[in-house]
Amino acid sequence: MLYFSTWKTVAVLALCALGVLFALPNVLPQSVRDAYPSWFPARTVVLGLDLQGGSQLLLEVDGEALRKSRAVALQEDVRRALREARIGTTAITLSGTTVNATLRDPAQLAAALEKLKPLAAPVASSLFGGAGPAEVDVNSRDGNVVTATLSEAGVQARIRSAVDQSLKIVDRRVNELGTVEPSIQRQGADRILLQVPGLQDPQRLKDILGKVAKLEFRLVDLSMPPEQAAASRPPDGSEVLQEDRGGQTVPILIEKRVMVAGEDLTDAQATFSSQDHSPVVSFKFNTKGAREFADATQANVGKPFAIVLDNKVISAPRINEPITGGQGQISGNFTVESANDLAVLLRAGALPAPLTVIEERTVGPGLGQDSISSGTRATWYAAIFVVIFMFATYGVFGLFANIALTIHVVFIFALMSLLGATLTLPGIAGIVLTIGTAVDSNVLIYERIREEFRAGRSMVSSIEAGFRHAFAVIVDSNSTMAIAAIILFLLGSGPVRGFAVVFLLGIVTTVITAVTMTRMMIALWYRRTRPTALPF
Amino acid sequence: MRLLRIFPDDSKFRFVRWRVLSFPFSAAISVATIVLFLTVGLNYGIDFTGGTLMELQSKSGKADLASVRETAQSFETGEVEVQEFGQGGQVSLRFRIQPGGEPAQSALVTRARAAFEKDYEIRRVETVGPRVSGELVQSGTLGVVLSIVSVLGYLWFRFELQLAIGAVIGTLHDIVLTVGFFLITRQEFNMTSIAAILTIVGYSLNETVVVFDRTRELLRKYKNLPTDELLDLSINSTMSRTVMTATTTALSLLALVLFGGQAIEGFANVMLFGVIICTYSAIFVSSPMLIYLGVKTSTRAAAEEKAALAAKAANVSRRPA
Repeated sequence: MLYFSTWKTVAVLALCALGVLFALPNVLPQSVRDAYPSWFPARTVVLGLDLQGGSQLLLEVDGEALRKSRAVALQEDVRRALREARIGTTAITLSGTTVNATLRDPAQLAAALEKLKPLAAPVASSLFGGAGPAEVDVNSRDGNVVTATLSEAGVQARIRSAVDQSLKIVDRRVNELGTVEPSIQRQGADRILLQVPGLQDPQRLKDILGKVAKLEFRLVDLSMPPEQAAASRPPDGSEVLQEDRGGQTVPILIEKRVMVAGEDLTDAQATFSSQDHSPVVSFKFNTKGAREFADATQANVGKPFAIVLDNKVISAPRINEPITGGQGQISGNFTVESANDLAVLLRAGALPAPLTVIEERTVGPGLGQDSISSGTRATWYAAIFVVIFMFATYGVFGLFANIALTIHVVFIFALMSLLGATLTLPGIAGIVLTIGTAVDSNVLIYERIREEFRAGRSMVSSIEAGFRHAFAVIVDSNSTMAIAAIILFLLGSGPVRGFAVVFLLGIVTTVITAVTMTRMMIALWYRRTRPTALPF
Repeated sequence: MRLLRIFPDDSKFRFVRWRVLSFPFSAAISVATIVLFLTVGLNYGIDFTGGTLMELQSKSGKADLASVRETAQSFETGEVEVQEFGQGGQVSLRFRIQPGGEPAQSALVTRARAAFEKDYEIRRVETVGPRVSGELVQSGTLGVVLSIVSVLGYLWFRFELQLAIGAVIGTLHDIVLTVGFFLITRQEFNMTSIAAILTIVGYSLNETVVVFDRTRELLRKYKNLPTDELLDLSINSTMSRTVMTATTTALSLLALVLFGGQAIEGFANVMLFGVIICTYSAIFVSSPMLIYLGVKTSTRAAAEEKAALAAKAANVSRRPA
């Protein structure tokens, strides 16, 4: 018997009402939505960058650079540990991620191994108190060589934590620039996706993110003229860096040991020098940094020290007196803007490793607006074509299908608003496409009803049989479509993923609207009119 | 009121007979496509080759292509593609990947922006580095392969292995011909094209499943009908639905082609072609394929078994009442 219970009717109508309620904010102006009571659904569909315009950068944490800098640091650690223990070496070399220290006296091998043991401490203890992977493997070979190797697990753990840290720093830097509602997400193992709606030219963003901003205060090594060091080999524990002096770079010999590092800064501001009013960056240390800076300057009065940013010397002033206040100024060849940029970078902190822009996409606001209007137009035309065609073919049944189709589109918008999903240009194409395919379920049912009726069944029994037989094929055909859509969702990114979301939601809602809703309408229509023949 | 009816009722077309034409035709086109694919190759977009794409809109409404090309060539290493499109001075520029890794691509964008900013509105800039493009190729290929495998699994579970294989052959046929469409039209092949292909995979299976569902049902009903007649009956009885759905889908895609704007036109064209191909292959490729896949015996046995089980289950459930 063609029967649709009252509570079911109520449930379907309530669902429709909910759909309309959640979809409604998308067509209301902002002022009306603001006037909503707080419990009222006011979320709208988020427009993708390709529709609202803006810039997107995909950044990659340079794992290779991180690996290298860890290896260099390990070499320094080994050198320092052995020197402290007064264990003589003939060479401490680095090959790949392995440090080889050749001992002068093989008898000291055990002592050296003992001394280097703390380096092999685990990176981080795991959740259950057990030790994580050791970052460094310490070994010996040939009786007089101690080796320290960075473990792969340790490096991977470093990269992971570097990405976490980079996320925070990117966030801080981007916010310092005053950008509106940037979205910063981790992507995959070592990537960061940065989206800034409305941004037209990401050049300044790229400049700010392209710097590591590692600030170090190091002593200048005066034991050898820098030109000679550059030409031959710098003394152990020192290196030749470049200093920018009024447009030309000159070599300068700097100790590798860091007196105080930039992470101990608490504040940095661009100001003007009290002497010659040139732009400078003033900074403040935290307690630890202030103490270290005071100690270092006290011990080296009269000597020059270098302010090193990303392995380039900004300036190398002489220490005239101990600096104990924990404050200072960096002078150099600054313009107002570059002093400002440096202050921003110092406040936000240094990146653990360089970031590379591996993908960049920018859409101007004009193109976005054009895409929205042409997408909307295409959607309307598609709907009109399909609605007319369905009505022309199925009469009043076509009308039911068209009502279901309308609800179907409303549901897509409602679900997308509810989920906070992003609508992209391919997403609009997805909506248009589902308008075409949504009626497929109706067509399957109607054609089956027609077949059953022509085979001699009564009205009621052919409608019943039509729904029953068509249901299996509706499930099968939509499942295969859904499989393709799910895979697209998993593998796609950005706009393509937007298409997959719409397509998938469309498949789900079409089964509800075409099967349940149409059935309800036909049941009500039948009860009212008691027809004896199909209207198509 | 006389309503629209595209396909006549009670048709008795001998569809599967046409396989003597459709099989060689499809095979020839497929082979031609593969040959073209290997010799000429697709016109890959920057998603897959890496490089930089810029879209400019002339502020004066007229684009000076020659000067754009000259400017672009002055700071670019290698060849640059300059094209005018749409009405009113829209230009697209495509730069190859620059030697020097990711930073070099970035530097190119900076220079290009500075050069064109004055006379043109910069509507779109996309730069894909060599690493990302390699990964997109991988995930695109993986997506197509994975979808076919999982659908094969699903259909095997829901239908019969033979039917699943028939459906997947039809789908492969549709993918190959869609790639052929890209080869002939020289339309750019990018990540959106992969989306189009996966959608076509979904649609193609949808079409085939509807016919096969009917085949499965008829197998139970007419146990002694020869396979080709059985298939003809399946196709004929689902034909009006096939035509209806193809029409509504094609109509909405037509709206997309005509009014969707230049950015989506490519996708819509491919999909429109795909819908036609899928409809053809469901009728003339996958279904007749069942004759050779030996569906008859095994499916019939399975169908009978299922019917027997169902009857038993029905009896059992009826007893307590």
